[in-house]
This record gives sequence, C-alpha cells and structure tokens, in this order.
Amino acid sequence: MMYTVIVSVFLLSLTGILSGVILYFVAKKFQISEDPRIDAVEAVLPGVNCGGCGYPGCRKFAEACVLAKNLDNLFCPVGGNKGMIEVSKILGLDVAEKEPKVAVVRCNGSLKNRPRINEYDGEAQCKIVHNLYTGETGCSYGCLGFADCVRACKFDAITINKETLLPVVDEKKCVACGACVKACPRHLIELRYQGKDNQRVFVSCSNPEKGSIARKNCSAACIGCGKCFKACAFDAIKIGENLAYIDFKKCTLCRKCVSQCPTGAIHEVNFKLASDNQVQETKVNV
Amino acid sequence: MIMKMFNRLSSFPKGGVHPQDFKLSANRPIEFLPPPKTVTIPVSQHFGAPAIPIVKTGDKVKIGQVIAKADGFMSTNIHATVSGIVLRIEKCMDVSGYKRLAVVIDSQGEEWLEGVDLSRNFKADIVLTASEIIKKVQQDGLAGLGGATFPLHVKLSPPKGKQAEILLINGVECEPYLTADHRLMLEKGPEIMVGIKILMKALDVRKALIGIEANKIDAIEHLSKLAKDFHNIDVIALQVKYPQGAEKQLVEAMIGRQVPIGGLPIDVGCVVQNVGTAFAVYESIQKNKPLIERVVTVAGESLKRSSNFLVRLGTPISYLIEIAGGLPEDTGKIISGGPMMGKALNTPEVPVVKGTSGILVLSRSFSKRDPVLPCIRCARCVSHCPLGLEPYLLMNLVGKAMYEEAEQEMIMNCCECGSCAYVCPAKRPLLDSIRLGKSFIAQQRKERVKP
Repeated sequence: MMYTVIVSVFLLSLTGILSGVILYFVAKKFQISEDPRIDAVEAVLPGVNCGGCGYPGCRKFAEACVLAKNLDNLFCPVGGNKGMIEVSKILGLDVAEKEPKVAVVRCNGSLKNRPRINEYDGEAQCKIVHNLYTGETGCSYGCLGFADCVRACKFDAITINKETLLPVVDEKKCVACGACVKACPRHLIELRYQGKDNQRVFVSCSNPEKGSIARKNCSAACIGCGKCFKACAFDAIKIGENLAYIDFKKCTLCRKCVSQCPTGAIHEVNFKLASDNQVQETKVNV
Repeated sequence: MIMKMFNRLSSFPKGGVHPQDFKLSANRPIEFLPPPKTVTIPVSQHFGAPAIPIVKTGDKVKIGQVIAKADGFMSTNIHATVSGIVLRIEKCMDVSGYKRLAVVIDSQGEEWLEGVDLSRNFKADIVLTASEIIKKVQQDGLAGLGGATFPLHVKLSPPKGKQAEILLINGVECEPYLTADHRLMLEKGPEIMVGIKILMKALDVRKALIGIEANKIDAIEHLSKLAKDFHNIDVIALQVKYPQGAEKQLVEAMIGRQVPIGGLPIDVGCVVQNVGTAFAVYESIQKNKPLIERVVTVAGESLKRSSNFLVRLGTPISYLIEIAGGLPEDTGKIISGGPMMGKALNTPEVPVVKGTSGILVLSRSFSKRDPVLPCIRCARCVSHCPLGLEPYLLMNLVGKAMYEEAEQEMIMNCCECGSCAYVCPAKRPLLDSIRLGKSFIAQQRKERVKP
C-alpha cells in the first residue's frame, strides 16, 4: 500500500519536472518577440473594434501603426485627432491633424414631403426591401425607413425620427466610422466635414431623376435647376444627373445657395436663424 | 384511357407543396382585348441584354414593326404592338417599380405591317429550314412565355457538342389562379401542335412530350386526341404539385433525368418550352406575325370578371383591371404573375410584358403577411425544398452576412419557388432573405470576373 503511494508520487513528480524542463526549452526556442509598442498603442485606442479605420479591430490597427513608416493613411475616427497624437507620441512619428467628419443623411423625404403610396408588410430590413422593390413611396432613390443604419451604428448615434420616419444623426455621438454608410443599400449617408463651429451646408436629396418626376414623388427633392450653382461664388457646387452636390472641401458656408433653392433641398445645420433682411439682400444681389 | 394515365402519374421526387389551386377563370374562353390608347413597350422584356431603340419621337409605326433591335446574341427584337405615333422614348416604371427605358406609342387606327397573315387559315406545312426558323424567331422577338423570358433562339441553338434528344413542352401551369396556358391548349390545340413540330424541326429532335398536370383533364384529353395524328408527340399527365413548371423539376418529372447543378436541361439532352411559346412560334413561322400579344389571366376572388385576355404587349395593367370590372375596394395586393412567384406591384400603371402570365387582384385579408415568429426548427422548409436545400440555414447565413458559407450551401441553386416560405409555420421570410443573398453573391461573382 505504502509502496504504491511512494511510487506514484515519485513518478508523477518526475514527469512534472521533466515536462517543465522540456516546456522551458521549447518556450525559449519558439519564443515570438512582439513589439511592446503594439500593446502600448492598443491601450490608447478606444477599443470599440468598430472597423472605422479600415482594419478588423483595434489590435490590427495598432499593429499597422507600429509597422507603418508614417501615419498619413492611418486614422482612428473614434479617437480622433487627440487619439492619434497619443499614438504618434508612443511611436515617435509626426501626425497631421485631420478635420473631423460626421455622417449626414442625404434624403429629406419625410412623411409630409413624400407621401406613402403603398404599404409594405414583409421583413422590415432596408436591404431586403431594396432588393424587392422601390419602397413605400414613389421615389426609388430615397430613404426606406427600415433602420438598417440604426442597427449598424455601434455608438447609438442614429435614431429614426418617428414623425418624419427619417434617420437622424446625433452629432455628439457620431464618430464617423462609416458603418452606416456601408449599411445603407441606397447609399444615402455621406461622411462630410464637421465644419467650422459644427456648421454644414449640404444637398439633402439623392434622386437623379428629372426634376418634374422627382418633384412629383417628393416635394423636397432636388430638381437640378442649377440656381444654387449660379449663386455659388466659390465653384463648390456641381450639377450632375439632375442633382446638385456641394463639395465640402470648397464650400465656405456662405449659405447663398440655401435661399435660392426652390424646393428647400439644401440644408443648413447649426446656423443661427437667418434674419429676413439677410435673405432679401442675397436675393437682390443675384 | 384517362384511368390508364392516372395509374402512372409521375412527378418530381423531392419536396414540393400543394397550394389550393383557385383556378377561377378556367372556364372562361380567351377574349380579345382591343388595344388601349397608349402602350408603353419596355425595351428589356427578355432575359439578357436590353434591345436598342431604333425609332425616334414622332415616327409613325405599324403593328409588328421593329422598334428596338436586339443587342447581341443574348437579346431579341422588340416590335410595335399598335399602329400610331411614337410619343416619347423615356424611362418608365416596370414591374419591379424601377424605371427602365421604354417606347411609348399613341395608338391610331389598326395598320399592320405588310406580309403579316391575318387570315384565319390554318397552315400545317412547314416550309422553312431549321436555320431559317432560328433566325426568324429571333427577328420576331420570341422569348420563353412561361415567365423567365429566355430568348428562344438561344435555346434552339445548343452549344457545340451537345445535342437535344427530346423536346419537352410545359403545359403544367402549376401556379394557382393562372389559366392562360390551360385555355390556350383548349382553344389553340392544332396551332400548338404545329408549333411543336416547328420547334422539333429547328432542334432536329425526333420526340416531343407535352406535360400537363392532372387538374386539366380537358386539356389532356384534347391534346391527346390531336397527338394521335403526330406519332412523335405524346402527352404525359403529371401529378398536381408545385413547382412542377420549373424547368429542372419538369425534366425530372417527365423523363426521370436530373439536371446537374448549375447545368441546363440541354446537359441531359432535352429542351423545355412553354405551350405559349409553341403557339407564338406557330404565329411567327406560319403566319409571319411577330410576338406582339400574349394571353394574360386576370383573376381575383372579388374581381367582377375574372377571365383570360389576349393582350397587346405594353398595355397598362390598370386598363386590364378596368376591363375585368375595376379594382375592388378591399384590394390588398395586385400581383403580376402567379401568387407563389409573382411580384406585388407598386402601382397598376405598369405595362404587360412578354413574361406577364397573369394579373392577380388579392384582397387585403388574404394577402396580408402574418407576423414573423422565431424558427422552431421543424425543418418543414428542408423537406419541402424541391432542390434539397436548407432554407432555414441559408436565411441565417444571409442574415449574418456569411455569404461565402451560403454559396457553399448552394444558395445559387435556389429556383425561388417559395415553397419554403409557403410551408413555414413561423411565417419566416425565407425567400426574401435567400433572394437578397443571391443578388449579393451574383454581384460578387461579377466583380470577381472583372480584371
């Protein structure tokens, strides 16, 4: 009895010690030296794994940062400029400050502007509806309102407004990761510069149909009349396929185009309400 | 004789469903519908490249005149279906609700193109040779009238090294409500027989079989009687089962051969054509009349006059509904095609095209979708899938954007018959998800080929 116990204890300890020695040498032999800066960079990243940087998670982005020679093409939209400065401090690289962006919805087909002409009772997902038919309204380019963008957002920054049935972006929460841009089957969401004092001007319509047809389906549609194009002194507006587009790199936020739009398709965000005098002045000037 | 036929009723072996057949208009003879004031003729009515318009706004056209030329091999001509003046060439809404290029013609009088035989004479002798027939059907814009609208001349010219042995004629009409093919078989039997003869000559096959489901006994009797004069043509009665009209299922049901994955019926030595196409072939070859009209079933429980109409292509669907007694108050959905595979319309202001086999007006209570419940893993969708797929799995994979796995699970093999969604006790939108996955994967495949 005693003998059995002694033998088994002895044998087990021997196997343990032997395996320990083997493991020690194996670990030495196959050791992978990892750059300690990867962990350091990962620690300063937000860690939400949203994929907004273009890499499949924060760890991969950190690896890419450490391997990169400069940080020109690497940007974490969630951490923003602050985050990138911290990354650059760890790596000892220069980083250029980038203007922050924000998602805007380029459709203004609210219930009032764009009446529903039929009723959809199938699966409530934008991509399925888009694949099946044109949607509940007459406009085959506008927002379907089944909230694929809301489900795609990891930051709770998009909600559907119950009155208009259009998605609304919460500018404070939006980090411009671009998940909603990919989720929208109609490509209505665009990442634009946040602008000075968070002010922006953009055309809130994506319908390239002829003006008369677009207007029939939605009273707030861009009809491609070109009035804004003539009003713009900075060459920031392009008209293509019956649709105006404001280049956010050239736009100086003068807002002359806003009052010119006959359908109200050009939206201004976060401006103080323009006084009546100002609007009249611009009209006289043109 | 009928008893004998019932003893050996065949069908495809796997899956399938038995929807109630609702053949409301089975006893209504085909009515000729006078052409409407304006027709909207889309240039893309067939599978393949859209035709290119060759008329201009303001041009005067005659019935049967080519208004859009085929763009390449995988395309067919489009003809004017009324005589009059071209009002405009613009993008008009089609069945899917999206806008496609179309020619709008204002109807003035009834002027036919020279050379079209409008007499009622029945012509049985086939003068043209096989290659001439194939050329002629492309010129006359023939496409499969069963619904897929595959250009006929493409089917009649098999790829090199493959030879058709048997011609299968699809008179199944397995979709509920639809009776257009049924009526055509009863009323135009001799013409269909000659059309089959022409197709046989073009394909150089010795044997043709007509498959008809057993719920159309009068059509089976009628065509069997006619077939006695043609010793190479036989009629086969088939079990009533959906989706028997799908090409692959029909081949297996009629001659017991299985079309390989990703293959075509020609891979197992047969070509499948619809009875409607056979009739159109007769009109084209014997009467020199291009494809400008087709039989459309207009049906619905609350519709005043469910019937079958001979309609000019391009006729607005609203006009058809008006003739059938107007839109009932309780209308929930207007469907183009059959209730299983058809498409609910955005607006009735869309035209009848080559593939429109029926217009259904369904009541709100009947067409409303039930609320979706969680999957209970009963596997009914699996046992009813005629292709042996696992629809519940495909839906989950597409929902998680796992498209590669879905492709491995043969999602592209799905024929979109909708049997899975029909039998699902939880009313899950299986077909919608599978369609989404299919269109996504098809796009991916296209991009892979790009340099």
